[in-house]
Amino acid sequence: MNILVCIKQVPDPTELKADPAKNTLNTDEVPKIINPFDSYALEAAARIKDKDPETKIVIVTIGTAGVEKALKEGLGIAADQAYFVSDEAFADSDSLATAYILSCAVKKIEETEGKFNAIFCGKQATDGDSAQVGPQLAEYLGYPLVTYGLEAFDEGDTLKINKEIDGGIEVIAAQTPCVVTFTKPSWDPRYPTIKRKMAANRAQIPTLTGADFAGLDASAIGAAGSPTKVIKTFVPQRSKSGIKIQEESDEESAKKLFALLSDARVI
Amino acid sequence: MEAKTKDLWVIIETNEDGTAKNVGIEMLTPGKELAGKQGGALVAVVIGSGVDEAVKAASEYGADRVIVVDGPEYKDFTVDAFAKALTALVEKYGPDAILIGATPDGRELAPIVAGRLKTGLASDCTGIGVCEDGSIEWTRPAYGGSIMEVLACPEQRPQIGSVRPGAFKKGEPGEAKAEIIKEDISVAAEDIRTKVLEVIKEMGGEKVDLEGADIIVAGGRGVGGPEGFDPIRELAEVLGATVGASRAAVDAGWISHAHQVGQTGKIVGPKLYIACGISGAIQHLAGMTSSDVVVAINKDPDAPIFDVADYGIVGNLFEVLPVLTEEIKKARA
Ligand SMILES: Cc1cc2nc3c(=O)[nH]c(=O)nc-3n(C[C@H](O)[C@H](O)[C@H](O)COP(=O)(O)OP(=O)(O)OC[C@H]3O[C@@H](n4cnc5c(N)ncnc54)[C@H](O)[C@@H]3O)c2cc1C
Repeated sequence: MNILVCIKQVPDPTELKADPAKNTLNTDEVPKIINPFDSYALEAAARIKDKDPETKIVIVTIGTAGVEKALKEGLGIAADQAYFVSDEAFADSDSLATAYILSCAVKKIEETEGKFNAIFCGKQATDGDSAQVGPQLAEYLGYPLVTYGLEAFDEGDTLKINKEIDGGIEVIAAQTPCVVTFTKPSWDPRYPTIKRKMAANRAQIPTLTGADFAGLDASAIGAAGSPTKVIKTFVPQRSKSGIKIQEESDEESAKKLFALLSDARVI
Repeated sequence: MEAKTKDLWVIIETNEDGTAKNVGIEMLTPGKELAGKQGGALVAVVIGSGVDEAVKAASEYGADRVIVVDGPEYKDFTVDAFAKALTALVEKYGPDAILIGATPDGRELAPIVAGRLKTGLASDCTGIGVCEDGSIEWTRPAYGGSIMEVLACPEQRPQIGSVRPGAFKKGEPGEAKAEIIKEDISVAAEDIRTKVLEVIKEMGGEKVDLEGADIIVAGGRGVGGPEGFDPIRELAEVLGATVGASRAAVDAGWISHAHQVGQTGKIVGPKLYIACGISGAIQHLAGMTSSDVVVAINKDPDAPIFDVADYGIVGNLFEVLPVLTEEIKKARA
């Protein structure tokens, strides 16, 4: 099986701090990691390869110089080949424009790597949180879509996907080629091995630019090709200046809370 | 494409029994206001199978018109069938804007329809207003809710937003007087490219309705183990509440994922949320800050959960919860 995993580099979500005075986040200061949901997608591909070593895993990222680091990491974890897509004209693309660029990249990469049976993405990226690129990539390619994937199984003409639903799992058969977006499974994704890491450091990662994409529609990329515009951002006011209760004992605190909640008719 | 009308559409998702999901009814509240400002009609769209109850609810909660697509192919949600039906309706009627609930199904439907129509989508909105040029101003959390983003889609129509369950409150029901329009749109079996083979219920099997809950009592790593949820369940029982959990408690295997609140769990908006032994990581807050009243019980006075709490007890949850449960029992006896 031939699988493409789309990867994005994001600021480590557990290290982010907001600056309410400037209405910004310290995104430049925190370490960059592979979007956690993309690491679940890569893990799902790796599990297919565990069962069938003939499986080929290709990873791709769009971005500016520096984000190839995520590709090296992906090669260290499980990927066989990586592609870096970068062009000034792609800057400020929204989700729809990004999905279009990715769809062009898929077609280009397939010229070298062969047709992909499945394309795996994270459910969402922890920076923009839009959860649109995977589905819209499916739409641009005309492929079926499954979201909230936990694990996938190669069944020949179809891909079987365990999808997370309320109170359990739905087992879905999707015609291939298809796009699956992944959420967090109950297991942790694997780490890079030393051997793979060393090979990854030597790996040649081809860079693709807009010029490589035949018939690229310039009106569908970058800021001009993005239907949504960001007007502003702000840090939400969190401090509710609520009532802090710390009496002599926990028992008294509990009684005080009960009295306050009753008075406020909350309970 | 261009809008043919100034109408605002609200997609009403249905439950298995054909009733309307809360989020659909909730969206009629801002929908009414926006449609009023824009001088268009508020149109509810119901796609499903056997959905008379949902149609009636949409009408009672303020829709001017309800468009219904009712057919066996819509019994269970598939994005292939629903996206086909919805795009066909959009092409026929040309609404100015569409609100879709940011449920698991809505989060599939919205980007596919926006992608097909090549228009802009604002995901997971918690606020909706109007820009100077008359476009909708969407407010949505990014970076797990650390920052809010204000977006617009100035040129393409329809403008689409998915809206978080619980972000808006249901209005008051009135007389059902919407005009009902039935549309027949059939989808061939071979156009549905995904198939559900089986459903595996989680151990315990119970469905946990966190999204519809009025009160949630949630436990985190601070409960210390599976039996640490006992005092949480006892309080939940006297309050008629649903039990929630942080990811740390779920990952530790103390409680099933169906109970998880947050970015990788449920987004909830109850009247009362009681967080016990939960530190208040941004990914947890992302799921519960729409709650009306938040109570936090944590032994660390600096825990970030206190920043979003209306009432915070600095103390040991194992001491606090049994007393609170007893007090409530006494008062109700
Ligand atoms: C991509 C991503 C998605 C995520 N999604 C989610 C999500 O959906 N939901 C979620 O919850 N998290 C999510 N997380 C994890 C999140 O970052 C935190 O790790 C998690 O929420 C911590 O859970 P906690 O508050 O229970 O544990 P901790 O942070 O360990 O906090 C435990 C708290 O319990 C208190 N405590 C201990 N003992 C007692 C006691 N006896 N009485 C009172 N208080 C006590 C401590 O003071 C502490 O504040 C996500 C993370 C990532 C990276």
